[in-house]
Formats: sequence, structure tokens, C-alpha cells
Amino acid sequence: MRRFDYIRPASVPEALAAGQVPGTAFLAAGTNLVDLMKGGVATPERIVDITRLPGLSAIERLPDGTTRVGALVRNSDLAYDPAFAKAYPMVAEALLAGASAQLRNAATVGGNLMQRTRCQYFTDAVSPCNKRAPGSGCAALGHATRIHAVQGWSEHCIATHPSDFCVPLAALDAVVEIAGPDGAREVPLTAFHLLPGDHPERETDLRQAELITALRLPPEAASFRGHARYLKVRDRTSYAFAVVSAAAALTLEAGGRIGQARLALGGLALKPWRVAEAEAALAGQAPVPEAFAKAADAALAGAKPTGEANAFKIELARRVAIRALTQAAAGTPARIPALPASPFGIV
Amino acid sequence: MTIPLRLTLNGQPREIALDDPRVTLLDLLRERLGLTGAKKGCDRGQCGACTVLVDGRRINSCLTLAASLDGAEVLTIEGLAEGDRLHPVQAAFIAHDGFQCGFCTPGQIMSAVGLIREGHAGTDPERIREGMSGNLCRCGAYAGILDAVQDAAARTEHREDAA
Repeated sequence: MRRFDYIRPASVPEALAAGQVPGTAFLAAGTNLVDLMKGGVATPERIVDITRLPGLSAIERLPDGTTRVGALVRNSDLAYDPAFAKAYPMVAEALLAGASAQLRNAATVGGNLMQRTRCQYFTDAVSPCNKRAPGSGCAALGHATRIHAVQGWSEHCIATHPSDFCVPLAALDAVVEIAGPDGAREVPLTAFHLLPGDHPERETDLRQAELITALRLPPEAASFRGHARYLKVRDRTSYAFAVVSAAAALTLEAGGRIGQARLALGGLALKPWRVAEAEAALAGQAPVPEAFAKAADAALAGAKPTGEANAFKIELARRVAIRALTQAAAGTPARIPALPASPFGIV
Repeated sequence: MTIPLRLTLNGQPREIALDDPRVTLLDLLRERLGLTGAKKGCDRGQCGACTVLVDGRRINSCLTLAASLDGAEVLTIEGLAEGDRLHPVQAAFIAHDGFQCGFCTPGQIMSAVGLIREGHAGTDPERIREGMSGNLCRCGAYAGILDAVQDAAARTEHREDAA
């Protein structure tokens, strides 16, 4: 691991001031950053340790029904917060479907948003990679691309974002609160992660020295609580990243028709993939397989494999979307299943 | 640059002067404090052999920079037994043959202690398997590990009911 200077600020303003030096990285739990530093993929010259900064670890319910989650809340604490899990069951299910218990106990909410792609050509620290070494090329193109993109990719980068948590957050219109040297601002989660385009080295909307301070879920996000599921298809039933995943949420009206629908797909792109047309296609419809299939088709519109190796993901994503919508229509289970988000087992 | 670090380690207050911020909790325990119970398997957070409890929660000590733990309480496998009296999870691993070579065992036991404390799995075998998925056993002693965790969880629940 490359040597670095270690700074432990006592407050958010101190952290922001310390973050202004180029080559600085903020450290929360470090479950991703320390791993990348060991592999020589991340090589910060300075680490600003925000692990124990005060004021960033609360889960608050605001009077208007908004939920605000501090950036340093641990993944497991959020998933097991009874009020949070009841209001946003697919977010809790997605959190528990990610990583292992040890990692969830350490990893923070803000860190989950900031985690890097698991593209093996990025993490091996030696292959050409425009994200890690701009201008060097993309070694993934034409090679082993089982976990690579079929939406929103460019010839410069075909990586995917690995988070489970971000998929239902995108579906529920989550907002990211950011503090920076020029003051506070906020950005919708769906605009936080950037598609690769010509600059895959730019991964998020964050600027130098800016820090995520909280996530917000708007009041209407809780209206889906009765019909919301996260479904994750992966190479192992536990402790593996998604090949494809889907967060599906519905409100059902008195006559049984769909009021509002939300659908976001994971594993397809460098950000959770949410398509307005897919959701609009479900509004006012009966919750039947034909309606779900139309929505899934809309969500996959324009999908394109990067080669033969990931062409299967388009049809797989279509089926996962339909199944997640079907499960959501059947109702949120009273308790998160023993195998969260798994296609196996009961419910 | 020396980083001062105060830890409560297995119940004892420790003051440590860290000369390098790159030192992980696992390396601090094994290389500098002589506590070699937590094992370095993958050193990348994938195998769970380095599992210890920090502030009562199981984590991968290999991915935690020691410098970030100022003020924390750390419990390792060495601090689990009370003298010669084994912790119920340790006793259950012996009773149910929850290991073969033993390399992953300290991590398995600390992870099981954390799992039981978390209180979400109970004695449900599927929830225990899922909750223990961050600990690999290359000897494949999973059947014995599951029996041991179920037994220890049942005894712990029983004890809490009685209390």
C-alpha cells in the first residue's frame, strides 16, 4: 500500500478544509477504499478519516414524512431499523442482500454510494482502464463481461455500478445531501452517478472536497410500503454482486388497479437504470403479467450488449423485472425472507 | 508522524503509538500486540478469518485501519473465554465438531458470537447460514458449524429467557 498522510478532523468544516488538497480521499469504514488501496487501484496521498465525525449518524423522521439518513449510518443499522424497514421494505431487503454481515456492520450509507465498480479489469490495477488510467483504453471490451453493462455504456467504459442499496433508492426518488467548501447542495440520486461517456474517470457529481452528509427519502416513498420488493440474481445465493437486480414498487387502488409504479434495475449500467416510460406504462393498469411484460420491455428499450458474453443479460433483466413486479403486486412479506432478495426459497 | 490510539482490548485499556497509518486492525493485533488468534486468510474482506468484534459488532479486521478506531472496544477470540471456562460458542464448536484444520475457526466463532448478539437469526438454519456467509471454511465443516451455532443460539436464548 502506498504511504499516505493521515488526518482525523473533529468536525465537518474541518473535514471539508482538509479535503481541498488534491490527492485526498475521505475514509469512512474503508471496506471498499482500503481494499482498493491494498491492490494499488486507489493511491491517495492523504486520507481524511471521517469515521467518527459527529452529527452524521442519525436516522431521522421529519414532520412532513421525509426520512433523513446520516451518511455515516452503517448499512446493517439502517436495514434493521424497524421503522425504516417498515416504511421502505425494498431498501432494507436490498441492504441485506449485499455483501456479508461483517461488511454491512462496517460499511456506511455514504460509502455505499461511493463504492467503485467491480469490473475486474479496473480492480486488477494493471489492465488498460480508462477509469483508472484515463486514455489507456478499456480491456473489458470483447472479453469477460458477465458483470458488464448493457445500458448507458460507451466505447471507453462498459463497467457497472455494484450497489444493491442504490437501486431501490433510485426508484424512490432519494436525494443526496452534500456539503462542500462553497456550501451545501443536493442532487437526486439518479443524477449522482455519471454514465461513462468520454470521461469514465468522472464517476459521480461530487466535486473536490465535497462530502455526502445525508440521504433523504421524500414523503411519498413510504406509500409503496405494502407492495415493494428487491430481487437479485447472482452467481451465488449469498455474498455476491448482482448480475442483474430489480427494485419494484406499486401502489394498488381500491379496485385493484395500479396507482403508481416504480421500477429500477441494477447490474445493467454505471447507475441504477430507471425508465419513466416503464413506470408510466403501468399506471392505471391491472397488475397482470402482460402489463408487467410491457413495462419490462420499456425498461430494456435501447439495451445493447457489449459483445456475445453479456447478451443474455437483456432477456434476464426483462424476466427479473417481471418477476419483481409480480412479487411486489403480491405484497411485501411480513418479514424479510431468510435469503433476502433471492429468487430461491419461499416468497 | 505517530498516531496516538486508545483501545479497550479484551477488556483492558491500551494506549498505542502507531507509527504508520497503513496498519490494519488485523496487523496491529497479530504483528504488534501478539494476538494471533484472528487469522490473515485473504486479507481482502472476503474470507472472514480475521473477524473480531468492534464496539460489540463483528467486522473484518483486515479492512479496518487501526488509526480509525481511537476510543473503540475490541474483542478478539483471546478475550472470549473466562479463564478456563469456554464461551458457549467455543464449547459448541467442540461439541459439534465445527472445524477440521481450525484456521477459519477463530473467525467463525467471533462471527457466530456477533450473529447471536445481533439477534435476527434465532435458531433458523437458513438464517444462520445466510448470516454466516461472510466466513468461508475450505475444509467444508459447514454442517458442524451450523449445528454449533444453532446449539449455542438456543442455549443463549434459553439463558436470556431464564434471566
